[in-house]
Amino acid sequence: MSTETTVTEVKKPAEALLSKRRKKLISDPLVDSNPVTIQVLGICSALAVTTQMQPTLIMAISVIFVIVMSNFVISLMRNTIPSRVRIIVQLAVVATLVTLVSELLRAFAYDMYKELSVFVGLIITNCIVMGRLEAFALGNKPYDSILDGFGSALGYSWIILAVAFFRELLGSGSFFGIPIYDSISGIFGDNFSLATNGLMVSPVGAFIILGLIIWVQRTKTGYVEH
Amino acid sequence: MELFSLAIRSIFIENMVFAYFLGMCSFLAVSKKVSTAIGLGAAVIFVLTVTTPANWLLNEYVLKEGALTWAGDTFATIDLSFLRFIMFIAIIAAIVQLVEMIVEKFAPALYGALGIFLPLIAVNCAILGGSLFMAQRDYTLAEATVYGFGSGTGFFLAIIALAAIREKLKYSNVPNGLKGLGITMLLTGLMGIAFMSFMGIDL
Repeated sequence: MSTETTVTEVKKPAEALLSKRRKKLISDPLVDSNPVTIQVLGICSALAVTTQMQPTLIMAISVIFVIVMSNFVISLMRNTIPSRVRIIVQLAVVATLVTLVSELLRAFAYDMYKELSVFVGLIITNCIVMGRLEAFALGNKPYDSILDGFGSALGYSWIILAVAFFRELLGSGSFFGIPIYDSISGIFGDNFSLATNGLMVSPVGAFIILGLIIWVQRTKTGYVEH
Repeated sequence: MELFSLAIRSIFIENMVFAYFLGMCSFLAVSKKVSTAIGLGAAVIFVLTVTTPANWLLNEYVLKEGALTWAGDTFATIDLSFLRFIMFIAIIAAIVQLVEMIVEKFAPALYGALGIFLPLIAVNCAILGGSLFMAQRDYTLAEATVYGFGSGTGFFLAIIALAAIREKLKYSNVPNGLKGLGITMLLTGLMGIAFMSFMGIDL
């Protein structure tokens, strides 16, 4: 028995499921490298759906799903994709996932499907999706890619939800369809009423609200663009 | 006359950028100088004018419900419209690639000016958005072509206007947090107000 060669196992300690590095993958895009306010990505669809909270929430969930899944799939295939055709492969994967989301919405939430109209399809060209695939998923392991995608998608989601919150509150006087302005006026009686701002419902409101959010957010993080 | 009013509507009233927020990524990224903005704008006009009718043909003869009737009775009831996204984006990517190769071969000077923008355009939301709106609104072939051209022109005007303002903006003292993207968003909002004045026009 003693003649048996002892195999020295050089086993790397497995990285914790949520190690510090991995937590950073999720938390970084929330504030410090937010895809919308710092990296200027994904603004196309960020603004179009934000007149109300509810469609925005659906949009955010769809984007989270698409980014996480596409990051996962591309990361699994990263060693087999020739770099010359990678854009086409990425577009095919993303377009398939978006088709899935769109068909699910059409089956189970037809009103939302009508309201979001072409903007579900436009997730395909959302720069955040392609950006994460190019910058992360092509060079990292599947689990890390999922976390990275989840972080970026959350960073995007909270920004569009914040924009939608202000646009719906100031533009329609409600929150998730619950009339806030009316109930406030109800408390103070007939002489007191709050007027909604029509500009907030129009596209202009979205630009201005997002501009102000960016101002606040960049002032807090101290990020200056040159 | 119908077509003319559609062109005016797609250029000014339903401007890609100010009414639908499409193409914002490149709109913000490539609007620092007027000369590059003209290059990107021209490339967008060109690609939209080509891809919208191309996708119209695809939608009309392959994807729409009953579009495959020409292939025989057995295909008459097939509805492939769920394949719209993947087919449209494939056509767009292919056409952009093709255009890039043709331009490189036959017009090297133009390629020098447009070349770097062409790959960017394949993933521009305005291009895919144009095709999706076209399919949603049931345009005819002529309308689709005019709509593609008009939307492209609207984007062209918007990006040049923004680039011109940003060139002047270099000389002003903007608060640190607002520099770059922040002030550009506010500017776009103000430009949007100007474009809103076209909304009252009834065509």
